[in-house]
Amino acid sequence: LRLMYTATAMQSKNVGASGPEKYTEAFIKKQIEEYNLGKRHLANMMGEDPETFTQEDIDRAIAYLFPSGLFDKQARPMMKHPTEIFPEQRKIQWGEDGRPFHFLFYTGKQSYYSLMHETYEKLLNVQKYQDQLTAQDHLPQKEKRNLAGSRWLTKIELEEMLLEKLSDDEYSRFIQLLQKLMMLPCGDIEEKYIQKFSKEVPVQLQKVVIEPLKYDERGVAFSTGEGTRKTARATAVVYDNGTGKITVNGIDVLHYFPVLQDREQLLFPFQFLDRVGKHDMVCTVSGGGRSAQAGAIRLASAKALRSFVTEKEVEFMRQAGLLTFDPRVKERKKPGQEGARRKFTWKKR
Amino acid sequence: DDKLLSEPLSHPDFFNVKELFSLKDLFDARVHLGHKKGCRHRFMEPYIFGCRLDQDIIDLDQTMQHLQLALNFTAHIAYRKGIILFVSRKRQFCHLVESTARECGEYAHTRYWQGGLLTNAHVQFGPGVRLPDLLIFLSSLNNIFEPHVAIRDAAKMNIPTVGVVDTNCNPCLITYPIPGNDDSPTAMELYCKLFRMTIIRAKDKRRQSEVFNELR
Repeated sequence: LRLMYTATAMQSKNVGASGPEKYTEAFIKKQIEEYNLGKRHLANMMGEDPETFTQEDIDRAIAYLFPSGLFDKQARPMMKHPTEIFPEQRKIQWGEDGRPFHFLFYTGKQSYYSLMHETYEKLLNVQKYQDQLTAQDHLPQKEKRNLAGSRWLTKIELEEMLLEKLSDDEYSRFIQLLQKLMMLPCGDIEEKYIQKFSKEVPVQLQKVVIEPLKYDERGVAFSTGEGTRKTARATAVVYDNGTGKITVNGIDVLHYFPVLQDREQLLFPFQFLDRVGKHDMVCTVSGGGRSAQAGAIRLASAKALRSFVTEKEVEFMRQAGLLTFDPRVKERKKPGQEGARRKFTWKKR
Repeated sequence: DDKLLSEPLSHPDFFNVKELFSLKDLFDARVHLGHKKGCRHRFMEPYIFGCRLDQDIIDLDQTMQHLQLALNFTAHIAYRKGIILFVSRKRQFCHLVESTARECGEYAHTRYWQGGLLTNAHVQFGPGVRLPDLLIFLSSLNNIFEPHVAIRDAAKMNIPTVGVVDTNCNPCLITYPIPGNDDSPTAMELYCKLFRMTIIRAKDKRRQSEVFNELR
């Protein structure tokens, strides 16, 4: 009889099951101490004052000492405060005797459910206040609140706030509850509470500033505009009280653009605003090809014309597509294909 | 220390819970009203006094006895610093139950019950978690009119349960059932008030006894 060797099955640990590694408070404290020490060392190395060494100085020093050609900023060497690197984590939720701190601990999602509980309590308070006012006939009329300027927190932002995972259904329920609270006539009492969960959204249209008209030595109003198309860059200066003369790079438009199509492109903004013979234009253009330069000058002239025209007409121009930058560029050729989209001829055998 | 824990067990009603409620209070809070005859559960028949115009009426004498036993039990658990978990799946009274639990300093769960909460607690919460020592059901059915999963799980984990059972509920696995109405707001407010008062009373008594012991 021979001894049979049987391999003992090692119980392999499922490393992924326990979730991201948990770090203790002591670990974070040690990291903060090391960071502060390292900051002073770095300041000494760079010959600067350790007391007044800010985070920007640290970033510059690290970029100088460890130059990296990597594209992703997150992949480059960095030295930041440990609270920015290690994400916030839940500490142990119960005390020494085993009793949990939060009264909704046994639900599993204590922060989310306590938030719902609080919001519902505010709703009940508002309803009670409303009933009191109706009893005295002092109910205020609902004023239309401006909803365009603010948005609710996104699901990811809420998850970060609560340090808990949420499902879509739970998130939508919370938002519905907030909206219900806001819709009530006396919802203004809880304004502060609602503002915690809403963010300002700057209106896009207000960002674009239309420059006012400038006057040159002769007293003629003019305005400038810039435009790009593919690789062409153009600047156009549009003068008032003109005869429709257009000069490109010092050359007349008929000589610079022999093709009718390009001249039509230049004329389009003026034609759209019915100001064909009223303006003079002087432009400079470089780069690109024939059609790209025409498109670039068109965009530049449209931008310049905004200053001469009312806001409504600006909106019309925008809707006609005169003020939109054309993002189309030549698509890159891919390996394994003949061109950007064209594949090699398929042979059956 | 031993005397602190063994003394309450010698009296039948150490915390005097009988004085907290009377039959008239139960009647005024409409605790005796049950569901219709068709909804009646077979095991609730001993607790039903009678049936009037198809609606079941619960026997309040039996309710009084069961309620006294249940309140006495919760008081003892609170005196020995046990964790009490209020469970109810009624959406109407979710806020009330949670506020009651918060005021007592105990815990509540009136939301969707995740399967492994009691049975798989060490995986869900983390190693070293302490499970509740008593579960109080203010409504023993869930939103689909089936017995709440927590009743079965508590029985599996050897956790005693106190529960308000209505005429359509199954009182089998609950250690201290209280036959009574669980749908009227007045009845629920009465139950919450009674549980809150017993728990606070028991905790105060514990603190007093500890202070007396320390003085000696």
